[in-house]
Amino acid sequence: MKRVTLALSLALAAGLTAQAADAQTLKTVKDRGVLSCGVSQGLPGFSSPDDKGNWTGLDVDVCRAVAAAIFDDPTKVKFVPLSAKDRFTALQSGEVDVLSRNTTWTISRDTSLGANFTGITYYDGQGFMVKKSLKVNSALELNSASVCVQTGTTTEQNLADYFKANNMKYEVIAFGTNDETVKAYEAGRCDVFTTDQSGLYANRLKLANPNDHMVLPEIISKEPLGPMVRHGDDQWFDLVKWTLFAMVTAEELGVTSKNVDEKAKMENPELKRVLGTDGNFGEQLGLTKDWVVRIVKAVGNYGEVFDRNVGSGSPLAINRGLNNLWNKGGLQYAPPIR
Amino acid sequence: MSTEARKPPAQIALKIRRILGGKTGWNGVAVQFVFAAILGWIGYEIVSNTRANLENQHIAAGFGFLRNNAGFDVNQTLISYTGSDTFLRVFVVGLLNTLVVSVVGIVFATVIGFIVALCRLSPNWLLSRVGEIYVEIIRNLPVLFQILFWYLAVLAALPNPRQSISLLGIVFISNRGLVIPRPIGESGFEPFLAALAVGIVGALALRVYARSALFQRGQMIRIWPYVLGLLFGLPLVTMLVFGLPFTFELPQLKGFNFAGGSRIIPEFVALTVALSTYTAAFIAEIVRAGILSVHKGQMEAGSSLGLSRGTTLRLIVVPQAMRVIVPPLTNQYLNLTKNSSLAVAIGYPDLVSVFAGTSLSQTGQAIEIIAMTMGVYLLISLLTSAVMSVYGWRVSRSLGA
Repeated sequence: MKRVTLALSLALAAGLTAQAADAQTLKTVKDRGVLSCGVSQGLPGFSSPDDKGNWTGLDVDVCRAVAAAIFDDPTKVKFVPLSAKDRFTALQSGEVDVLSRNTTWTISRDTSLGANFTGITYYDGQGFMVKKSLKVNSALELNSASVCVQTGTTTEQNLADYFKANNMKYEVIAFGTNDETVKAYEAGRCDVFTTDQSGLYANRLKLANPNDHMVLPEIISKEPLGPMVRHGDDQWFDLVKWTLFAMVTAEELGVTSKNVDEKAKMENPELKRVLGTDGNFGEQLGLTKDWVVRIVKAVGNYGEVFDRNVGSGSPLAINRGLNNLWNKGGLQYAPPIR
Repeated sequence: MSTEARKPPAQIALKIRRILGGKTGWNGVAVQFVFAAILGWIGYEIVSNTRANLENQHIAAGFGFLRNNAGFDVNQTLISYTGSDTFLRVFVVGLLNTLVVSVVGIVFATVIGFIVALCRLSPNWLLSRVGEIYVEIIRNLPVLFQILFWYLAVLAALPNPRQSISLLGIVFISNRGLVIPRPIGESGFEPFLAALAVGIVGALALRVYARSALFQRGQMIRIWPYVLGLLFGLPLVTMLVFGLPFTFELPQLKGFNFAGGSRIIPEFVALTVALSTYTAAFIAEIVRAGILSVHKGQMEAGSSLGLSRGTTLRLIVVPQAMRVIVPPLTNQYLNLTKNSSLAVAIGYPDLVSVFAGTSLSQTGQAIEIIAMTMGVYLLISLLTSAVMSVYGWRVSRSLGA
């Protein structure tokens, strides 16, 4: 008996001695045969499961694009639903390879969490939703209101800053998950529900009578949302970063999921470089030459992904706004693939 | 002829051998030391590996974050707190919120538990069935479910602040919680406090005197009229002399919410109700078992001495039952304290919610924060058991066991 205990404790100690952080995420993912992707617990338009358990959304498509680039199969993704407060721990501990969970890029998250943001998939800002029956037209009329918020978000701090800056009093009620927050708002525990504006539109669809609620015009913060990967694996960082750039570049060049095969045959030098008939950029990322073709075939270009999930082709019907391409009045801009 | 006193053997060495080695003697002691060394080495490896890995991944470590600004607000604070206070203060705020819900929950759970136990033991058929149904339903449903039930069901039933239920125009109930007038100290406040303190000390002294009179001389002294006089009469007289000790600030509907007055948030009410009714079901069974464990001959002996049923229960049965009740009761108190961490589900700002939740994700320092939180729960639990052990020891001693 004693010997067994001793052997066990030795094995445990040996296990701990091994390096926890392996710098070869791509190899690990390939060996495993599936990408592990951290998403939200259900935010329509960004990441939510349907009644058959299939995940859809903008954040989901980012992971599907990465999986398509690696495996040529966008279904080889395991989605791990994470609450706002568990998400970073899941990424740090290696439970997920990519965290694509409407996460705001801030300096403290970039520097102290041992993780890096790979780009911006959605330019957002924090807003407020109220019941129309309150007859409030501006966030500046919210003095002494009760505000429901999800805990562990930048939202909570922005809220404190905004009310302090405008010299207004408020009561904050912070819940663990998005659904609990929405439920409490609907039950009348608070007058105001606050989160990123895209999230407000998404959550409004979950309410019994969406038309009884309105989103106030004020946007009180910058919330650039993007995927995160662990520190210390530059190859993986590049791969996820350029997957996103590839989607934006494809939109810029007019390459869509429908015409990608025809475009690949065209004699345009830029198209040839991007779609892999010329050069070996894919191989330098640890992928294949046709990596962009794989991505676009699987999920489409950035514009298609946007429209399908949150834009005009979705129930959310959010305008492109800041998320339009740089040459169409927006901020989406990808460095050149050359 | 005198014999040299034989030198006693080295007691300490023998003691160590007996405690650590047992029957195996010095070999056993060696094994124990090796085992302790291995444990220490494993602990050291865990800590040093974690440190190295955190450093490799550039994850911030250490407790420096406690001095940083938290930057978020909390809706129930027992000490003053604003968003510009530090994470250390958030920690204290959360800890106090956990403690207050635990203490209030323990008091209510004990009271409800004893009442339900007495119901179940009652010869009245209806009462005992009601007690039984209570216990069987409550203890067989998950406590998280009950917390959500009390929160969502009660919230849904309450009106918004503008249509709040008013009791005499001074107390308001709405889905923002219970708003009551807040006492504000006036000139008569200090004499009032002093009178109250004198009253309490006097009442306690009277009780000590009455007990010693009973035990030494077998003399029963009725003290309750004097106690009442001291506790209520004395402060009343000072009020007449020095004026009102405090006035009340009445809550008034202003904008979205009530301004003025004190407010008990619905999260606190839901959590306290759920935890105390849930734990009460277990306490009821413990108390029932404790009372049933006392032989019925004790009750009969009491009546043959001419004591009434109530006095017999109070003086003979319950003290003996307490010896059986206290250890499992301690378990229930600990359970209640630990279950209070489910508060995060309904947005009550307890330690787990504001510190191991919000603060953790703002700073990302999971190891330090979780370690601190676990340490606090451990400390609360150990303190509770220590207090209960002392109480159990006193109960046993008074029974001469």
